[in-house]
Amino acid sequence: MEIFWFIIIAVVLAVFFILDGYDFGVGIIHLFWAKKEKDKEVIAKSAGLFWDSNEVWLVAAGGMLFMAFPTFYASVFSGFYLPLIIVLWLIIFRAIGLEFRSQFKHQMWKDMWDKSFGISSLLLALFFGIALGNIVRGVNLGGVQNNISTYEGHYFFLPLWNNRFSPLSEHPGVIDWFTIIIGLITVVVLAIHGANWIILKTTSSINKQLKKVVLKLNIMLLLLTIFSLGIWQIINPNSLNNFIDKPYLIIFPIIYFSALIGLFFIKKLKKDIQPFVLSTLLILGGITSSLASMFPVILPSTNTINESLTIYNTAATEYGLLVALNWGIVGFILLFVYMIIQKRLMGGKIDKMDYGH
Amino acid sequence: MEDMIFYDRLQFAFTITFHYIFPQLTMGLSLIIVYFKWKYLRKKVEKYNDAAKFFMKIFAINFTMGVVTGIPMEFQFGTNWAKFSELTGSIIGQTLAMEGMFSFFLESSFLALFIFGEKLMGQKLHFLTGFLVFLGSWASGWFILATNAWMQHPVGYEILENGKFVLNNFSALFSNPWLLPAFLHNQIAAVVTSSFVVASVGAFYILRNKNIEYGKLFLKTGVVLGLVSSVLLAFPTGDWNAKNVAKYQPASFAAMEGIFETEEAGSEIILIGQPNMVEKKIDNKIAVPNILSFLTYQKWDKQIPGMDQFKKEELPNNVPALYYSYHIMVGLGTIFIGIMSLAVFFLWKRKLYNIKPLLWAIMFLFPFPYIANITGWYTAELGRQPYLVYGLLKTSDGISPTVSSGNTLFTLLGFVGLYMLLGLLFLVLVGKTIHLGPKHQTY
Repeated sequence: MEIFWFIIIAVVLAVFFILDGYDFGVGIIHLFWAKKEKDKEVIAKSAGLFWDSNEVWLVAAGGMLFMAFPTFYASVFSGFYLPLIIVLWLIIFRAIGLEFRSQFKHQMWKDMWDKSFGISSLLLALFFGIALGNIVRGVNLGGVQNNISTYEGHYFFLPLWNNRFSPLSEHPGVIDWFTIIIGLITVVVLAIHGANWIILKTTSSINKQLKKVVLKLNIMLLLLTIFSLGIWQIINPNSLNNFIDKPYLIIFPIIYFSALIGLFFIKKLKKDIQPFVLSTLLILGGITSSLASMFPVILPSTNTINESLTIYNTAATEYGLLVALNWGIVGFILLFVYMIIQKRLMGGKIDKMDYGH
Repeated sequence: MEDMIFYDRLQFAFTITFHYIFPQLTMGLSLIIVYFKWKYLRKKVEKYNDAAKFFMKIFAINFTMGVVTGIPMEFQFGTNWAKFSELTGSIIGQTLAMEGMFSFFLESSFLALFIFGEKLMGQKLHFLTGFLVFLGSWASGWFILATNAWMQHPVGYEILENGKFVLNNFSALFSNPWLLPAFLHNQIAAVVTSSFVVASVGAFYILRNKNIEYGKLFLKTGVVLGLVSSVLLAFPTGDWNAKNVAKYQPASFAAMEGIFETEEAGSEIILIGQPNMVEKKIDNKIAVPNILSFLTYQKWDKQIPGMDQFKKEELPNNVPALYYSYHIMVGLGTIFIGIMSLAVFFLWKRKLYNIKPLLWAIMFLFPFPYIANITGWYTAELGRQPYLVYGLLKTSDGISPTVSSGNTLFTLLGFVGLYMLLGLLFLVLVGKTIHLGPKHQTY
């Protein structure tokens, strides 16, 4: 039952990163590559129409995590207190940027909210990546100092950074050079994803240029990925053991790398949806590979005194998980219906649509 | 330790108070929008459709605010109340996850379609999407109230040896005797807020001599629905809730009514006065004998336990705040019934649109239902103190063990600053929408 819920939540989280990921990416592209007002307008709109229904996936993932793995939820949310609250603030800045930019037809007003949208999208992508980096690297569970736990074994508190920014020091902070690299990878992945979304959903004048941008970003991504894997081996020499023990898990990294390689051929792809499918697979592969490498651990301990958090020692009881599975199935069927309806009515290029304004 | 609890509570109180400005309007307004849209389908008069779309625009601004201030609410259970989340998450996580699954997905999917899809879908489907948005927003209220009802009156649980609360009866969460009265009271209170807002915009247009046709429609709809909902708020739903508090939380009941001493032959009802915690009495009291016993138990001489019957640890830790919250809510509710009755009387006499003082009063009445809603929630939450889960888990045992008060104060200050900016933008946008009027909106 724990495994069921682990998979469900992983899927919901992956969908969140795929959906809200493209609108983070749109923000990054908007910040650096959109120059003409007409492009800015339509690019912002390609995120603005969808962000709130995308962000609902975060709320859903949060709620399910709370219900299924309450100990993990409590530990991680209080342990990463500051970065999480900062993420909340960025989410607010991004949303008001998107919603308010078109409210007044004044250039200064628009520029201000465009920057708010772009910069907070960039920082959010970075922070979500850093969060993933922290989960993979592990934390000092129990706040162990001199072999004595300061808190109960499943609690911890991380400062934003420590003096050396090193993942190898005894008490690493949230931001160190390993998590920064994972953060950068996330920024690049989401920028690629956002560019592909713009190509799919708009007829903006920079669509051709964006394909070149994707190519450049893809080279960066390949280098960063290889680099991060190397560092990961140094931090945690056992990080690939799961793939050796359970070889079928290797499908996830294969998805990631195939999508990465596929994106090098972006200029040859005829249909606008193909690049977007590839970057979707890229995100899916990246998240599932990270989780598969740790399974069943969901938060490694960096000390030897307190054991890592796993899906088994943080889960709710059997009965609760079972009832939730029942209503969860009903909920997902309903959701699927809504998505089909929405897709039928709001598919296609947004700047060619008649909304009846 | 003390200041940690204080900042955690202050941050939650501040963020939830600000958040609840928005859902109370959207829940009630969605009902009014569905009504206007239905009127349009029946009568095919364009003004009803304009009215529906105009309020949908105001709805959308509020919805955005509600989403961005709502995510911090869910997160804060984990960030600031980790111990509470760890111990009760397998129960309240159920209802909170269901809110995401059954309400937010519904609401957000169809809101976009309602706003952008009128021409794509045709009128009947457009009405249907509006109805689904209404359904989604009320479902959200249902799941949140189910969560709160469990904290007020825990059911369907067992406590394990390690102190964790686990679910053993799922359906009990929804047949909780606390839930239905609280849900109805809360939803009707949301209808009061939105009908007062609609009436206020109507009065503004009439007084300003602009958009008169819409002004009359809004005012008429607002005052009729405002009267009906204000009455339902007091009776039966308010009455049910008070009886529930008397039954399940007698110590809170004594504190919110301001009964310091038990009266053998039936309790008086206190209308006005200030709790004096040192001398344990109400200063400058105006009260009517035996009424409280009658209202609560329909017996004039029924004895109601006062605060003297309870140990200090069982009583809410801020009696005056609880007492004032409750009395402000009840006092405002009474005033609402009075003004709306007057307005409906003159509407029936066909004079309402010409009585300027009453129109001014209605125009400036709109902030007060917000105050009543929020003080109503304060009554529920302060009344539950000193517990998070009534009788079982103390508030002081629910906070995050690792987050220092300095960090919480930092984030509290951040929220205060950010929300001030948000509030300002919100007012500017709603003001702009109302200023443009229903005819000149760009959708």
